[in-house]
Amino acid sequence: MQSSKKTSAAGRLVYGVIGIPALAVGGYLIFAWRDAIAPIEPPTSAGFDVRAVQRGAQLAALGACATCHTAPGGPTLAGGRAVITPFGVIYSTNISPDPDTGIGRWSQAAFVRAMREGVDREGQHLYPAFPYDHFTLVSDADDAALYAFLMTRQPISSAPPPNRLPFPLNQRLVLAAWKLLFFRKGPYATDPAHDAQWNRGAYLANGLGHCGACHTPRNQFGAERTAEHFNGADAEGWHAYAINSRSEARVPWDKDALHAYLRDGWHTLHGDAHGPMAPVARNLASLADSDLRAISTYVAWVMGNPVSVHANGSVHRTASADASAHREAAVPAASTAHDSDGAAIYESTCASCHDGARALPFGGIRLSLSTAVTGESPTNLINVVLEGIDPPEGAAGAIMPGFAGALSDSQMASLMAYVRASFAAGPPWLNVPARVREARGRDHD
Amino acid sequence: MAAIMIELEVNGRICAIDADPDTPLLYVLREDLQLNAAKFGCGLGQCGSCTVLVNGAATLSCVTPIRLLEGRRITTLEGLGTADRPGPLQRAFIEEQAAQCGYCIAGMMMRAQALLLRNSHPSEAQIRAQLEPNLCRCGTHMRILRAVRRAASLIQADDAAHTIPTQSSDPPASQQTTADVPGPPAEEELLRQPVHPEHRKRPDR
Repeated sequence: MQSSKKTSAAGRLVYGVIGIPALAVGGYLIFAWRDAIAPIEPPTSAGFDVRAVQRGAQLAALGACATCHTAPGGPTLAGGRAVITPFGVIYSTNISPDPDTGIGRWSQAAFVRAMREGVDREGQHLYPAFPYDHFTLVSDADDAALYAFLMTRQPISSAPPPNRLPFPLNQRLVLAAWKLLFFRKGPYATDPAHDAQWNRGAYLANGLGHCGACHTPRNQFGAERTAEHFNGADAEGWHAYAINSRSEARVPWDKDALHAYLRDGWHTLHGDAHGPMAPVARNLASLADSDLRAISTYVAWVMGNPVSVHANGSVHRTASADASAHREAAVPAASTAHDSDGAAIYESTCASCHDGARALPFGGIRLSLSTAVTGESPTNLINVVLEGIDPPEGAAGAIMPGFAGALSDSQMASLMAYVRASFAAGPPWLNVPARVREARGRDHD
Repeated sequence: MAAIMIELEVNGRICAIDADPDTPLLYVLREDLQLNAAKFGCGLGQCGSCTVLVNGAATLSCVTPIRLLEGRRITTLEGLGTADRPGPLQRAFIEEQAAQCGYCIAGMMMRAQALLLRNSHPSEAQIRAQLEPNLCRCGTHMRILRAVRRAASLIQADDAAHTIPTQSSDPPASQQTTADVPGPPAEEELLRQPVHPEHRKRPDR
């Protein structure tokens, strides 16, 4: 009796230990599984409407497809660029219409599913390094135009290197759980409280534009914290500034300034787009002006223009932004801790451009106007001083030589301390030498 | 501003310079030290013709005041070898005849040297990325690229022949036909060995 009781108890335990997890695993597999969409014969370019291709080209620029899906120096859209995440390295895929290594055999339905749900043609979940949490908002019509554009590009045979991710993150089924927790499927729903231009801007900025991918902080699972939309975050070794009411811009942005900045890549009162923002501005230059205006209108609305609350608590209002900025720029903030080494370095190395008479983009910005100087994070200033600013290819734009070779770590620290004390109202930056060393060890390309 | 004596280490020699500390290094090299390889191009740090090495890193000497450089190792093209005993990079540029007007070449070579110091097996993409900041108006780019590739081969062959301990992490050099190339001069080894550790850690661009 005793022993048979034991057996049945043990049997129940076995069922419990094996059966319940088995059921859970089976349930999860059913939940996470996505079917493949049948491959198609690669369509010919002639089958696509030219106007759709042209519209797709603009949309692809807005989405910066080629920025991520092109390896440094590699063929356009053939993938292979390393995206370095806190979880490991993910290589962008080949989205040229090559039938074997690209998306040549993807139907439009497969493409729309990838954009809307983050699932590839074969049914594999995609890593959110591909920002489908934004691209899900894209309309079917715009996805069709993007598809027409991509499928009419030059097919390139090139397979990206395998991702470098630890177990269990290298198991794509895990991503179904991530999506359950953090992903809300689109497309974009019009907000009736706002007009058409605002809605167009929100659709473009939060959808294809995926501004939040850099400008919104992420949680420990790599998902954007939606409650902190546009609060600013560290991304790709740079600090993406807050672009909401927490904006640290010395002169608050307005929609006209945003429009000019996004079109030209620089603005007299805000400096130029550098780091990962440089290709964004270059891409946006080809966008229809009405769309650029819509994005600027929406982002200016998010920023709560015309009032800008600074990190240090001070509030700036723009009555006449230009006039007040020039006045403020002429008189650097009173400095309490002038570093004499830093002052000498600034005078001999920086002043000829940054205190000179030449206007932007060929002269340097007054540092009192630069968010890189006035903002909370020294990251961008360190990066720019070390690496300089590359001019845009084939267009007029800012250029600055890098001083990584010229300035030692201690000279960098002195210069940073002087610049911060002289041109910004905020507290001194901490740990600058360590941050300089970290920046030197990073690849900014 | 009053001139102060500043000591600069240029190509392994300590030089006492009597000049305003705000003077750009380029002027001191050309006017005080008669080291005329580095050229004045734009004077704004935008063309690269003034490039020299500071602690092994490519540095634009026209926008670098000498006040920054005390205690640092400055290397100009003259430091890579002589006309009689050219270093591997110089041999490569001569063998490829990689100069048209030649104005950019010293800067190109020094920026290439900065790459070869930290990576004697650069990929084509790494060479191109490294040289991107330097301008050439003659269109000699393809020869310059060939010369840098050749220099890498020469250095790899030298490494294989000498097995310098600091380069032991590099993969073995591929077979090169260097039998007709004279052995490297003694000063070249001196120049190539003391790579600043901070610089060695930097990943390639």
